[in-house]
Amino acid sequence: MPADALVSIRDLTVQFRTDRGWVSAIEDISLDINAGECLGVVGESGSGKSVTALSILRLHARGTARAARGSIMLDGRDLLRAPERDLRRVRGGDIAMVFQDPMSSLNPVLTIADQISESLRLHQGLSRAEGRSRAIELLDLVRIADAPRRADEYPHRLSGGMRQRVMIAIAIACRPRLLIADEPTTALDVTIQAQILELLRDLRAELGMAVMMISHDLGVIAEFAHRVVVMYAGRIVEQAPVGTLFSAPRHPYTEGLMTSLRGRDIPGQRLGSIPGRVPDPDESIPGCRFGPRCAHVEAVCRAAVPALVSISENHDVRCTPRSQALAPACL
Amino acid sequence: MPVTSETSVEVRDLTMSFGSGGAGRRPTMVQVLHDLTFDIGSAETLGLVGESGSGKSTVGRILVGLLKPTGGSVRLFGRSVTGADRAANFAAVRSRVQFVFQDPHAALNPRIRVGHSIAEPIDIAGKHSRRDRDDRVRQLLELVGLPRDSADRFPHEFSGGQRQRIVIARALSLSPDFVVCDEPVSALDVSMQAQIVNLLMDLQDRFGLSYLFIAHDMTVVRAIARRVAVMYAGSIVEIARNADLYADPLHPYTRALLDAMPRPDPTRIRPRTIPGEVPSLLAPPSGCRFHTRCPHVMPRCRDESPRLLEIAPGRQVACHLFTAAETTEP
Amino acid sequence: MIEASTVPEFAATTLAPRQRSMILRRLVAHRSFQIGFFLVGVLAIAAVLGPMLTNTKPSAMHISHRFSPPQAKFLFGTDMFGRDIFTRVLYGARVSLWVGFAVAAIAGVFGTTLGVLAAQFRSLEGAIMRLMDALMSFPAILLALGITAALGPSMNSVIIALSVAYVPPGVRIVRASALVVRELDYVQAALIAGARAPRIMLRHILPNSIGPLLVHLSFVFAYAILAEAALSFLGVGVQPPTPSWGNIIAEGRDYALQAWWIVLFPGIGISLATIGLNLLGDGLRDVLDPKLKG
Ligand SMILES: Nc1ncnc2c1ncn2[C@@H]1O[C@H](COP(=O)(O)OP(=O)(O)OP(=O)(O)O)[C@@H](O)[C@H]1O
Ligand SMILES: Nc1ncnc2c1ncn2[C@@H]1O[C@H](COP(=O)(O)OP(=O)(O)OP(=O)(O)O)[C@@H](O)[C@H]1O
Ligand code: SF4
Ligand SMILES: [Mg+2]
Ligand SMILES: [Mg+2]
Repeated sequence: MPADALVSIRDLTVQFRTDRGWVSAIEDISLDINAGECLGVVGESGSGKSVTALSILRLHARGTARAARGSIMLDGRDLLRAPERDLRRVRGGDIAMVFQDPMSSLNPVLTIADQISESLRLHQGLSRAEGRSRAIELLDLVRIADAPRRADEYPHRLSGGMRQRVMIAIAIACRPRLLIADEPTTALDVTIQAQILELLRDLRAELGMAVMMISHDLGVIAEFAHRVVVMYAGRIVEQAPVGTLFSAPRHPYTEGLMTSLRGRDIPGQRLGSIPGRVPDPDESIPGCRFGPRCAHVEAVCRAAVPALVSISENHDVRCTPRSQALAPACL
Repeated sequence: MPVTSETSVEVRDLTMSFGSGGAGRRPTMVQVLHDLTFDIGSAETLGLVGESGSGKSTVGRILVGLLKPTGGSVRLFGRSVTGADRAANFAAVRSRVQFVFQDPHAALNPRIRVGHSIAEPIDIAGKHSRRDRDDRVRQLLELVGLPRDSADRFPHEFSGGQRQRIVIARALSLSPDFVVCDEPVSALDVSMQAQIVNLLMDLQDRFGLSYLFIAHDMTVVRAIARRVAVMYAGSIVEIARNADLYADPLHPYTRALLDAMPRPDPTRIRPRTIPGEVPSLLAPPSGCRFHTRCPHVMPRCRDESPRLLEIAPGRQVACHLFTAAETTEP
Repeated sequence: MIEASTVPEFAATTLAPRQRSMILRRLVAHRSFQIGFFLVGVLAIAAVLGPMLTNTKPSAMHISHRFSPPQAKFLFGTDMFGRDIFTRVLYGARVSLWVGFAVAAIAGVFGTTLGVLAAQFRSLEGAIMRLMDALMSFPAILLALGITAALGPSMNSVIIALSVAYVPPGVRIVRASALVVRELDYVQAALIAGARAPRIMLRHILPNSIGPLLVHLSFVFAYAILAEAALSFLGVGVQPPTPSWGNIIAEGRDYALQAWWIVLFPGIGISLATIGLNLLGDGLRDVLDPKLKG
């Protein structure tokens, strides 16, 4: 574990109980999030991004989900095995999360101010009035106009983008050391999105806050992340610094992602997509799980699950033909 | 006999206000839509973009009858759904308008089998026998590219993109002529976005659907819309043909919007975002509501609010930069 | 093992749709649900089969065996009139569990109906919630005490009194979750398709908002058993000679030091039922609604 890693995930496998027994939604995920760093996570719908994020805070329901393997270390403690009481302190305090679904993640019977100040009152013991004025400051910070009035409103009176910003305000209220942001800007127009990213960047600089940014929007990732992890069907398939990933993607899936972005500049043109679909977690596919959709599939791909191989410093790829061609000879 | 018309939707001077304020206080009305006027032709897609909170969803919800506007008129397929016979006229066009939601997770009742969700509009309209209905459901599933046996499964068994297809199937169940798509692909990955957008375009070609397509992603709007309307603080500030808007944005807000588009290129430095505060609805800026943030602001902008004027065929802008020439003419 | 958690309040229904599909399976796998289900199940079976498990009547007095300690003939001993405590506890279980069940059922029906109506119709909301607030401003047990006193002590008054006391929190819970559900897109979709209020309420709102209520009701069931005991202890509960766990203890309290078995066994009944129902409720809560915890 690198000395500066804030959170360090090793070999994490999370399974869900289904009709067909326990099925792995994510498998052997290993990644580090360094203090003050922004880690981007991209991947197709259903690839396991949210499952990974929720695991860090252990937010899966008992009985349906289990971490079959692995560890998640924060300050020398394994969050997967920490007692519930410790975890409660971590959630919202050390690590905060912006949930993917702002529509149903706010409590409809509490005002915005109450919901924002809840964790402040819990973790920092603020009074009700202090909480409210802090909530108004936070609403200002996430660029919501008329903050004092909005503070006293209920969630259903806000637009989709405003709700999403309220979620962000809740998450940053306690100045966490790690912010996990699951699709935090999907409901925002690009100018406000830019302002929110700016805000997160400032918090990062000011507090050394690390951000784990999950997004479908490769534009946001390109702009915001230092390092990017690409997930496919529950596994990390590529991991690289942002510049390398966009200029020289190595995994065929990452290449596909980049290609599907091209041609978006021509009006009326059909958008490009990767043919086929992500396999369900319980679908048995021999070897590489991207194989059935891959244009470069070879016999070795079907023979065994490719390993995540380092092809240069900080650049890992899970693709047997590619890593054989590209990995340093000594491996 | 229904009035046939080339335009599916005609909106004139639409205004909308909501009561504001928390519990206990006397409600003041806050106006969130200001005199919107636009048309959507049959088999046409109008893209609607703009600031978060500028009123896009409110427009969509008014068009499908979820909200009653406080002023102006809306005609759907030639029938006024805001006037005296509002209820009767709306009942007559109900089956021809539909809505696709942003969040495919919230758009389907988790306790109801997918087939029943898709058939719900048919059941409510009460027009079909059980047999016809089941046939129709299978047909719709095929149309949106899902296996026929999906009907018996529950929503949680589908991924986000598949669920969005189910939502689209439900929207198509009564063969509507006009569909409001409120950020239908925001929650999906690029590849899935492409599949859904392509599906919507195919359906338009086959059935002559019209769309109001609300989105934040300008690249998606560019792909699907024929014309685009840009909203800021409750008003339309620009309407233009797709190609014109992207090639030559006129209104300063539109320009800012296009400049702020994130590009998948880590080497590119993004231009600074628009300075200034997001406008308050309670005390909106005087004159042009964009004047507090506009790089081209003129004295006149502070006093006089610009009207949406046609400055070229098919091109309307609400900005004094473009009305100046016209008003100085005799 | 990833365990259930305090999802902060705002995490709400993020996980809900997938969770709900497998409620049963997950309940069956849930340890505290298993234990709770077992305890409550055994007590319920004992209550139902009661008359078959004993060959005497709860009111039959064995005068020569007053104050017998537990022994082969009288498993749980006898009381001051020589009545068999085992038999009385079995029959008492019928009464106590029935009171608990009836209260939970009434609180459930009224809680659901009023809660969904309050969420659906703005016009009713004010009146309903004002009334509930008024009822909730008294401590439940005081309210129940007042009502039983007014109605005259009997089993039915106990049930009515406790129902009145436990309906308001149920209404609040259902209304709160119905308000969330009402704003969800699938309800909006039904509205767009022209659905009327009954369809919206019955098909969409109700099934998706009663999860938290079920959890609450399992606790109400337990509270009601305790409250019945308390009321009986105070003399306004189920009246002798009908045995309930509460009035067996009430009658035996003067002899508690010499004949501890009179109060011990009904006490164990109350404890097992309450613990069982609480475990059951914990299980339901974890499975239906992880956010309520903490
Ligand atoms: N509670 C659950 N029960 C069963 N399966 C689950 C559960 N949560 C997630 N899954 C499965 O795990 C896989 C990964 O889901 P996850 O939500 O992490 O995807 P994602 O990458 O976040 O996708 P999206 O971009 O659509 O949010 C999916 O196949 C999903 O069906
Ligand atoms: N039911 C309501 N009661 C009060 N105000 C409302 C209600 N619905 C919407 N509003 C207000 O109307 C304005 C416009 O909201 P709307 O949802 O139409 O915005 P939008 O353009 O769709 O934004 P976004 O892109 O963030 O979804 C906002 O200020 C919002 O707070
Ligand atoms: S009217 Fe004036 S302030 Fe408004 S956009 Fe045009 S130039 Fe800017
Ligand atoms: Mg996700
Ligand atoms: Mg909206």
